[in-house]
Amino acid sequence: MFFRMITKTLVRQKSKMLMIAFTVILGVSLSTAMMNVMLGVGDKVNRELKVYGANITVRHKDAALMSDLYGLTEGLGVNDKFLHEDDILKLKSIFWGFNILDFAPLLEGHAVLQSTGETVDLIGTWPEKNAVLATGEELHTGLKSLRTWWDVQGEWLNDSDSESVMIGNILASRNNIHVGDSIILTNNGVRKTFRVKGIFNDGGNSDEKILMQLSDVQALMNLHGKVSSIEVSALTTPDNDLARKAAQDPRSLSPEEYETWYCTAYVSAICHQIQEVIRDGVAKPVRQVAESEGTILNKTTLLMILITILSSIGSALAISNLITASVIERSQELGLLKALGAYNWQIVLLVLVEVMLTGLVGGVIGYFLGIGFAQIIGQTVFGSYIEIAQMVILIVAVILFFVTLAGSIPAIRYLMALKPTEVLHGK
Amino acid sequence: MKILELKNVSKIYGELKALADINLSVNAGDWLSIMGPSGSGKTTMINIIGCMDTPSTGSVILDGVDISKENASSLTRIRRDKIGLIFQQFHLISYLTAVENVMVAQYYHSMPDESEAMEALEKVGLKDRARHLPAQLSGGEQQRVCIARALINSPKILLGDEPTGNLDEENEGIVVDLFRRLHSEGVTIIIVTHDPEVGDVAQRKIILEHGKIIDDIDQRATFGEALKLRA
Repeated sequence: MFFRMITKTLVRQKSKMLMIAFTVILGVSLSTAMMNVMLGVGDKVNRELKVYGANITVRHKDAALMSDLYGLTEGLGVNDKFLHEDDILKLKSIFWGFNILDFAPLLEGHAVLQSTGETVDLIGTWPEKNAVLATGEELHTGLKSLRTWWDVQGEWLNDSDSESVMIGNILASRNNIHVGDSIILTNNGVRKTFRVKGIFNDGGNSDEKILMQLSDVQALMNLHGKVSSIEVSALTTPDNDLARKAAQDPRSLSPEEYETWYCTAYVSAICHQIQEVIRDGVAKPVRQVAESEGTILNKTTLLMILITILSSIGSALAISNLITASVIERSQELGLLKALGAYNWQIVLLVLVEVMLTGLVGGVIGYFLGIGFAQIIGQTVFGSYIEIAQMVILIVAVILFFVTLAGSIPAIRYLMALKPTEVLHGK
Repeated sequence: MKILELKNVSKIYGELKALADINLSVNAGDWLSIMGPSGSGKTTMINIIGCMDTPSTGSVILDGVDISKENASSLTRIRRDKIGLIFQQFHLISYLTAVENVMVAQYYHSMPDESEAMEALEKVGLKDRARHLPAQLSGGEQQRVCIARALINSPKILLGDEPTGNLDEENEGIVVDLFRRLHSEGVTIIIVTHDPEVGDVAQRKIILEHGKIIDDIDQRATFGEALKLRA
């Protein structure tokens, strides 16, 4: 009888129930979309920010010390301290190796440009690096992925271009060098000819340098197997108090805190793990990028949470109005049920089940609609699909239950106070 | 045997005394009509007897239980078990069929039983209209469904608030005949009515005015005659 009454009430009040379902659909779809975006936005924002370059640099510990103490970026004690090239691929073996998206070694050097006699700065790197790791994982990385903003005339170097270079546009312009030209560089009695494959515009002091294969600079500088620094782009989690405490000194953490910190992709934890595999290396976050990532991510998350809360409150208010209106309209019928012997809780249960069933239908539709919205947001804002988080189903179900319940409170109060005598005798 | 006893019952709303020191006894199997002008306290009295309201002072003994001191939940249980209610506006649930309307009262009393509900409808002559919605029934038919619903749980008292107030003469006759038959089967009937003809067919009639019983008329002498006249 109970479900017969429920079914017939739902059918009879279909326009009102549709309005309630529609309200739930709007609220749930917005909440679902926002939460899915919120949970998936960390990686998306990080990937978006990756265009601004690496967020971690690794240098020799002595060079880093000179830089920290005296602000020196070149000279004795800085330029003569090197990392080992054969450690670089170990970056992918750390606990958070999967979060290391791209990296490239840098070796700074200099040589004389024979055509003009000018001493020019060299940057040796892996423009592109394709390798197979010990784990069998294929690796595609290199500086090209870390300099996405470069405007390149001609072509980027690839990992097989051993006697080609790219030249910064200022240097190229000053020396009247064009794409396809050959240049001769000499240093320490070593003389090598290179073809200019591309001219790049960095917008910084790199525009006066020559970019070439790491092995070529090592040969010119007689620094085989050495690199000055490594630029790393990693997906990180925004810092919190624990991360900030660990960044000061990981040894200050309790064992539980250490485990939590180590197993979370904080930039400090990733730096710590990088130092474990790079001999004599000190990894430091590029604060501007790392902090921007954290700030943007936190603000985006806050915005999503606010939208979810506001849409839930809006839904609760709308549901409240609709249910209260429906109950007032049905007060004679519900008063009659009381007169026939229904307890208050039985009447409340009847109304709540009606509303919950309507909410459930609206919730299911809203959930799938929300997934669609999330994908639209993903495609529009981040150019990729948002991964659907299973936990959103549970969160949305809990929100839906409480929003519907909260929306029903005025109607429940009205029902509890409803006296059959007031509605059955028309007083 | 007394089924209902009101002792010094008053109901006061602010300055207004809707019922003033009412004393009334009803025996099991009696047919009582309550009459009086508007505002005389008829509905207040029926609300108190029907456990939908409580008196301000005095006591109401229903089937041996003083209901004047009971809380809302107990009153609901007592009403469900002992009272069958009939309303002037019928108050059938519009989206349920006649038999389902009867079954609702069963559902809130114990367990719905469709065959029992059909029997109740047969008793009021509406078995063939059992699957119709209230909107598909005439006023008289709706009131008979209401009576079947009131009777389905075998109440101690059948309580009617202007049960013929919305009916034409023909349907009024049908409903009164139904009351007569129920009375002959031993059902206790208390009816509030404006209609002197309906009031006259009861065994006993009380007249209310300004919340007081101003007349208590034993109609047993003319009871059979009035029924014959109606028949």
